Amino acid sequence: MHYLMKFTLVTFAVAVVLGSLTLLPSRAQEAAEPAVATITLYCGRSAALVEPLVKRFTEETGIRVELRAADTAQLALALTEEGNRSPADVFWSQDSGTLGQLASRGFLDKLPATTLDRVPEAYRSDEGSWVATSGRLRVLAYSPQRVKEADLPKSVFDLTDAKYKGRVGWAPTNASFQAFITAMVAMHGEEKTRQWLLDMKANQAKPFPKNTALVAGIANGEIDLSLPNHYYLLRFKSADARYPVEQTQFEKGDIGNMNNLSGVGLLKTSKNKDAALKLIDFLLSSEAQQYFVEQTFEMPVTRDRIATPAAMPDLHEALDKLPAVNLNKVEDLEGTQKLLREAGLI
Amino acid sequence: MASPPVLKPRRPPLPWYLVVPAVMCGLGVAGPMAYLVVRALSIESDELRRILLDPRNLALLGNTLLLCLGVLVVTLILALPAAWLTARTDLPMRRVFALGMVLPLAVPGYLMAFSLLSLGGYVGAVAKVTGLVMDEPIRIAPIRGFWGALIALSLYNFPYMLLNLRAAFLSLDPTLEEVGRSLGRTPARVFVSLVLPQLRPALVAGGLLVGLHVVADFGVVHLMGYHTFSFALYERYSAVDVPGMAWFGLMMIALAGAMIALELWLLRGLRLHRVGSGVARGRAVSRLGWWKAPAVLFLLSILCAGVVMPTATTVFWLFEPTFASAGQLRDKLTDAVGDSVTAAALASTVAVLLALPVALLASRYPSKRALSLERLAYMGYATPALAFALGLLVVSISVDRLLVRSGETWFYQSLAVLVYGYALHFMAEAVGPIRAALFHATPRLEEASRALGHGFVRTSWSVTLPLLRPGLLVSLALVFLSVMKELPLTMLLRPTGFTNLAYELWDRTNERLYADAAPFALGILVVSFVFVGALLVGESALERKKQ
Repeated sequence: MHYLMKFTLVTFAVAVVLGSLTLLPSRAQEAAEPAVATITLYCGRSAALVEPLVKRFTEETGIRVELRAADTAQLALALTEEGNRSPADVFWSQDSGTLGQLASRGFLDKLPATTLDRVPEAYRSDEGSWVATSGRLRVLAYSPQRVKEADLPKSVFDLTDAKYKGRVGWAPTNASFQAFITAMVAMHGEEKTRQWLLDMKANQAKPFPKNTALVAGIANGEIDLSLPNHYYLLRFKSADARYPVEQTQFEKGDIGNMNNLSGVGLLKTSKNKDAALKLIDFLLSSEAQQYFVEQTFEMPVTRDRIATPAAMPDLHEALDKLPAVNLNKVEDLEGTQKLLREAGLI
Repeated sequence: MASPPVLKPRRPPLPWYLVVPAVMCGLGVAGPMAYLVVRALSIESDELRRILLDPRNLALLGNTLLLCLGVLVVTLILALPAAWLTARTDLPMRRVFALGMVLPLAVPGYLMAFSLLSLGGYVGAVAKVTGLVMDEPIRIAPIRGFWGALIALSLYNFPYMLLNLRAAFLSLDPTLEEVGRSLGRTPARVFVSLVLPQLRPALVAGGLLVGLHVVADFGVVHLMGYHTFSFALYERYSAVDVPGMAWFGLMMIALAGAMIALELWLLRGLRLHRVGSGVARGRAVSRLGWWKAPAVLFLLSILCAGVVMPTATTVFWLFEPTFASAGQLRDKLTDAVGDSVTAAALASTVAVLLALPVALLASRYPSKRALSLERLAYMGYATPALAFALGLLVVSISVDRLLVRSGETWFYQSLAVLVYGYALHFMAEAVGPIRAALFHATPRLEEASRALGHGFVRTSWSVTLPLLRPGLLVSLALVFLSVMKELPLTMLLRPTGFTNLAYELWDRTNERLYADAAPFALGILVVSFVFVGALLVGESALERKKQ
């Protein structure tokens, strides 16, 4: 045989065999394992933050959890493309908007009433297709050196005032911010929201890529106020107690105090719904809720009484200040992005 | 009247044993692109009109091109002197510098951007070093926007340019310059009129890799708040809008296609090898004299910015309290290093083996068809990783649908698909160096070896592979480094339970767990440095043995 022919075919065969060999171990491993209940959790939340909790679930129930963590949007895309072949049993989303999207596309099963009833009505889907696991409050972060308490705005709508010109940071491309805008549309309508966006832009609000940058921007002196989620500052403070940023909320009922929900849904493709439901119930147990409060600095959502550490916004006060917005309506992300595009913000 | 028949030179037919593997690679690359086309077609016409007629697209295109151009200029300014210094002068520790200049490639883009951003400011590196963490913030505003993106992208992409230029400098025939000088031209004019044209293929090849990388980058431009085309793609993706995403993916591929066409046009009719008898002489060495000190300083400052700065940023993180316990982090780090190295080693080997027939075809049978197969590899590289990953996801799950009745997943979420995904996506990085090595390897040597009665294995081992070795090693190193820091392919295609350093780093920086992220960032840097170091040390040991 021609030399070059042999050479090419041999190297190509080696490439094919080498790559394909990697198919073997996973198969063998699965075959070797005893029949323990195993579920696959698609997790849009940070693996580093939730892994300890998932481990705890396995210890308590003996149910093994295959944790597949990625971006919430990535997992939603994967679920969309996987269709009926999805290996996933449970989808845990960073934000309720994506859950709403998946529910409206028919991917999620109805949850039993016993599960849904563990949270107040505001924290679950109207159709019962998802339930919240924890919340992240929208807050106003500010520099205590450069903003006097009396000068703090009462409402997020006050930030368009000339006295805040060029001093406010926001993150138009960030998912939490977009969820907040969706909620604003649900509460105040598209016109008022569009006007607020344009006024903020005219007031020279500075764009930042994400929440951590919004907090750091204040410490760096680039801005004096910003609109992040509540728990990033707590992380900065736990690394450095003297971190020169504080946060507060707007007046009672203001949309700027919105609670961004992280939630969980049961997939129709699940092959082990009993075990999957046990995991969902576990995430609503007081043990898990306590974990969120203490470890990830999030707000609890169940009816149980959960003690919040001193650094956290006071739970009852925060709940009292929440805007009256139906979070089930907070799923029109495409509409929000269209609005932001039209305003020239993204 | 019939026109007289035109005599065309008959080209040799392409051999099937090169075409079949090359076409299979091409299909592997084209699969994900076909996915984008199918999804793009499912869009509603109103929405399509909105996407195509959006005036913002022009601004995004302008931003993308401006950034491409800027990064090309800066990488050239950094790489051209650095390549010449490490290839053609008596610079002290030349080999060490040559190795060091590759290292910025190991730094993930988002880490580079992050460390650049944290240079100034309250908890910035400058504040930490000077001990000036005070109640008043230090007014060194972070570099953002265009300039931030330009600096970050240039710092870790310039090695692509450098590697190509250095190889070109090493293989340049010094006789040409001597002839120029003997004809009375000044060194500067010799460089411009004789050397620079010789460097054209290297400049174009390096420039193409850099340009494609800038088009596809999201990590850096996102952190820097500079909007390029990839931004529009990610925005659609975050709204789980698949058809919209597919359209922006296709627009990015079209842009990359234009760059590839430009490359072909720039290289048209190029013939640079020696004609006539005789062989090229070895490298000429210019004496630097008093210029040694500034030259060393120049290279050191590149290394400081490209390697020391990001490393130092992560070292600073180590001094914060961690979220996870030391034991948990150690276990995770062990897993992540193991998985990263396994995947990167497999993927770089497969990529190099797949690139061989493509490179052979393009260099030994240079025809339109052969070249278009090679360009297909570049298209795979230019397809945004997120879209490429989704395409492979759909391909692999479709294979499962066809072959596995039980409804289980065999191919989807298997290590094999991840490895092939990496290999196909990064194949372009492997094709270039192998092609360059093939340039010097004439088929006559193999024929001579066979004529001497050596068998297939011996000829491969003692003739073909040694000839290709420098190219193969560079290819391996480039793909390995890329895989070590890759994110979207990893996150969408990995087997559940598989993790790697890049993901663990990204996950923790996102949640502002910097101290927890530091070991993984250092893990990427150390593994990459050790791998590249081992390759180059091995190479120079073999080189010495030969002499």
